[in-house]
Amino acid sequence: MIRPTQVPMREQDPKARIHNFDEVPLGYTPDEALEEAARCLQCKNAPCVKGCPVNVDIPKFIREIREGDFRGAIATIKETNNLPAICGRVCPQETQCQAPCTLGRRFEPVAIGRLERFVADWEYANGVGVPRVGDPTGFRVAVIGSGPAGLTCAADLRRLGHAVTVFEALHEPGGVLMYGIPEFRLPKRIVGAEIEGLHRMGVEIQVNVVVGRTLTIDELLADGYAAAFVGTGAGLPKFLGVAGENLIGIYSANEFLTRVNLMRAYLFPEYDTPVKIGRTVAVVGGGNVAMDAARTALRLGAERVMILYRRTEAEMPARAEEVHHAKEEGIEFHTLVNPVRFLGENGRVVGVECIRMELGEPDESGRRRPVPVAGSNFVLPVDTAVIAIGNDPHPLIPRTTPGLQVAREGTIVADEDGCTSREDVFAGGDIVTGAATVISAMGAGKRAAHAIHRYLATGRSGRKPGPPIAVA
Amino acid sequence: MDKRALGPGVVEFTVAAPLIARKARAGQFVVVRAHERGERIPLTLADWDSERGTITLVVQEVGKSTRELGEEFAVGDAIRDVAGPLGTPSEIMAYGTVVCVGGGVGIAPIYPIARALHDAGNEVIAIAGARTKELLFWLDRLGQVSDQLIVTTDDGSFGRRGLVTEPLREILASRKVDHVWAIGPAIMMKFCTQVCRELGVPITVSLNSIMIDGTGMCGGCRVEVEGQARFACVDGPEFPGDLVNWDLLLARLGTFKDEERCALERYLAAKEVAR
Ligand SMILES: Cc1cc2nc3c(=O)[nH]c(=O)nc-3n(C[C@H](O)[C@H](O)[C@H](O)COP(=O)(O)OP(=O)(O)OC[C@H]3O[C@@H](n4cnc5c(N)ncnc54)[C@H](O)[C@@H]3O)c2cc1C
Ligand SMILES: Cc1cc2nc3c(=O)[nH]c(=O)nc-3n(C[C@H](O)[C@H](O)[C@H](O)COP(=O)(O)OP(=O)(O)OC[C@H]3O[C@@H](n4cnc5c(N)ncnc54)[C@H](O)[C@@H]3O)c2cc1C
Ligand code: SF4
Ligand code: SF4
Ligand code: FES
Repeated sequence: MIRPTQVPMREQDPKARIHNFDEVPLGYTPDEALEEAARCLQCKNAPCVKGCPVNVDIPKFIREIREGDFRGAIATIKETNNLPAICGRVCPQETQCQAPCTLGRRFEPVAIGRLERFVADWEYANGVGVPRVGDPTGFRVAVIGSGPAGLTCAADLRRLGHAVTVFEALHEPGGVLMYGIPEFRLPKRIVGAEIEGLHRMGVEIQVNVVVGRTLTIDELLADGYAAAFVGTGAGLPKFLGVAGENLIGIYSANEFLTRVNLMRAYLFPEYDTPVKIGRTVAVVGGGNVAMDAARTALRLGAERVMILYRRTEAEMPARAEEVHHAKEEGIEFHTLVNPVRFLGENGRVVGVECIRMELGEPDESGRRRPVPVAGSNFVLPVDTAVIAIGNDPHPLIPRTTPGLQVAREGTIVADEDGCTSREDVFAGGDIVTGAATVISAMGAGKRAAHAIHRYLATGRSGRKPGPPIAVA
Repeated sequence: MDKRALGPGVVEFTVAAPLIARKARAGQFVVVRAHERGERIPLTLADWDSERGTITLVVQEVGKSTRELGEEFAVGDAIRDVAGPLGTPSEIMAYGTVVCVGGGVGIAPIYPIARALHDAGNEVIAIAGARTKELLFWLDRLGQVSDQLIVTTDDGSFGRRGLVTEPLREILASRKVDHVWAIGPAIMMKFCTQVCRELGVPITVSLNSIMIDGTGMCGGCRVEVEGQARFACVDGPEFPGDLVNWDLLLARLGTFKDEERCALERYLAAKEVAR
């Protein structure tokens, strides 16, 4: 008899957790993991594997869990995924590996992400091995940006025997994993442990280097680096462009989350960076970033936190689990509303005027386009607002790297392997695709590492001949 | 790291940062985080020496982070993080005659700009102003790169008594000036802009909005220029003064007033206990 539902993961009680920044889901015990692993049908065709952007051999690692071979299970995952403790926590599994799971046709799909997290955490508790590093090739490669794309590319290049230096603009490596995703969803010690692993492999990380300002890519290449990988992400916050948006009390999600995560403002005044949170907070947007901002606001002491989203819940891009968590915690969801302006008093925000929306014809993304309902304006009193409507690619590298082809949206044009219009420059992650996911950025970093390896061996990037290079 | 007091609460640091020294241009800044728990604060590059690989920062102690730098850091100590050079460099070209106004600690950042303008063949008239004599510094340096140097103090303890806007107005009214540069407290830059507007001379100012990353990632530094939101850390910090929404800048600078007071009081109390 197969258990129809997933073995639940124990979580912090919503009433308690809204007052702390500790992780919400607590992980499986070995017994729970064995029970969940037992649900897997070990399908021959393994549709789940095709749903994973880096094709983790899911049936194999689940079989190893069943056999109690946790060490083997983590080794299997790490063949294709360097950061399982992170992916097991933040991958949108319901639309990736778990979506095509055979069991999911009749019952709940296997909780692949939770099992992945379990073995990764087991490894941390029981000692992490240092991956073997290849014989030195004599080549040095510069990796720019230390988000999941850069970290993965660096690790794989190092494994192939190249000397690798990662250049990071901020004072801590990790990219969005460090400054964006909050502690209660991805504890920073986990990101720190992954970075420690890179150090132990001999990857050099230089923080506080803003490539394009401190150094340019061409200077790095002239300085002895044989190739460069650009993984600088989509870090440029978008604003609504409505009146009153610069009033005090209105943050971009990046500013709000950076203050809290990277700068630890939730520990102010123990840490020096402040953040101001009012009683009533509106978060504009419907993605993971919006959920993170809303749940963070609650933990900082806001009494009422509202998500304002212009479509319906069905179109929300956030992970289902995060929407669920947000609701459990008491976040209000106001869908089919869009802010048209912010109202201020003495320079501070005191309200947001919204208009109701209805869904019209589908747009390019296939989602039905929200259209405003004339005359339906109303005002919500708020004293803090967070704009979480997405990020654009960062323009600094494109602007300072001659010959690098850039698409209209500001993304770097690169093929599947990360080859750009320049033979010696590779790119991957959000800077190529626009804001996407951790695992897709990792996959891109991995493919680029292999393309760079080929380029170093042959002097050719293997770039598909002739323009135009398709935008990924 | 080297350190030297320039006046009460004004400290000059010379910091080893070879990569930054090599790239530094007038008008740019660095972001500094003094220690593990510190905040990121922007400081203008007041000078640099690409051969020695050092940069010079002049810090005015106004709150916890800047006081800590001034009081806790000694010669030989390392500042934990220094990132830069950030921001768009000053637009240096042959304007003709340029008046460079530095108010308070703004005397430091105006110096490399005056020097670059001077080197580019401009006639440079420098105006340096401070509340009182003790807060003036680098007058010799500024004098070396300007054709004329006017000094003011609010209390008349040195040079002319009054505000920098007074000599500025007189010069603009009495002779042809092609461009004005002003760096100092926001309110001083606002009034310099008013004078320039009245007398029809273009002015460049350096906006000191609150920053975190300094790389264009957070939008916290946004200012309104010609009705458009711009990020001071990448699009600026220099902008044409007459296009700046000054009231918004001044209001936003006060965003964290209560928290800043709390941080400072806590710091001072801890110091008291230690003593
Ligand atoms: C709040 C938030 C929550 C998210 N939640 C999820 C989730 O639950 N699941 C999921 O799969 N995805 C999530 N995402 C998306 C995911 O984090 C990103 O798609 C992913 O991090 C992209 O990786 P990257 O390596 O391309 O870039 P980033 O992670 O953005 O890293 C880029 C790095 O490059 C550095 N950099 C930029 N410019 C320069 C320069 N000029 N010189 C040197 N360094 C530079 C940056 O400082 C940064 O550290 C979330 C994103 C955010 C913002
Ligand atoms: C581009 C730029 C260049 C600057 N150059 C210099 C310089 O060369 N020398 C110098 O002494 N000062 C300079 N400043 C100002 C300096 O950054 C602030 O005085 C400092 O951050 C105050 O920190 P605090 O903790 O000591 O004071 P706080 O008590 O925290 O704040 C005092 C006031 O400083 C401002 N401030 C606070 N935090 C920040 C922040 N993160 N970024 C910017 N302003 C802030 C606010 O208006 C605040 O009211 C510059 C600012 C900018 C934006
Ligand atoms: S990496 Fe993500 S998508 Fe792939 S198996 Fe793991 S949780 Fe699923
Ligand atoms: S599809 Fe589902 S049941 Fe089949 S092997 Fe994959 S995880 Fe197991
Ligand atoms: S300081 Fe963050 S964008 Fe300017």
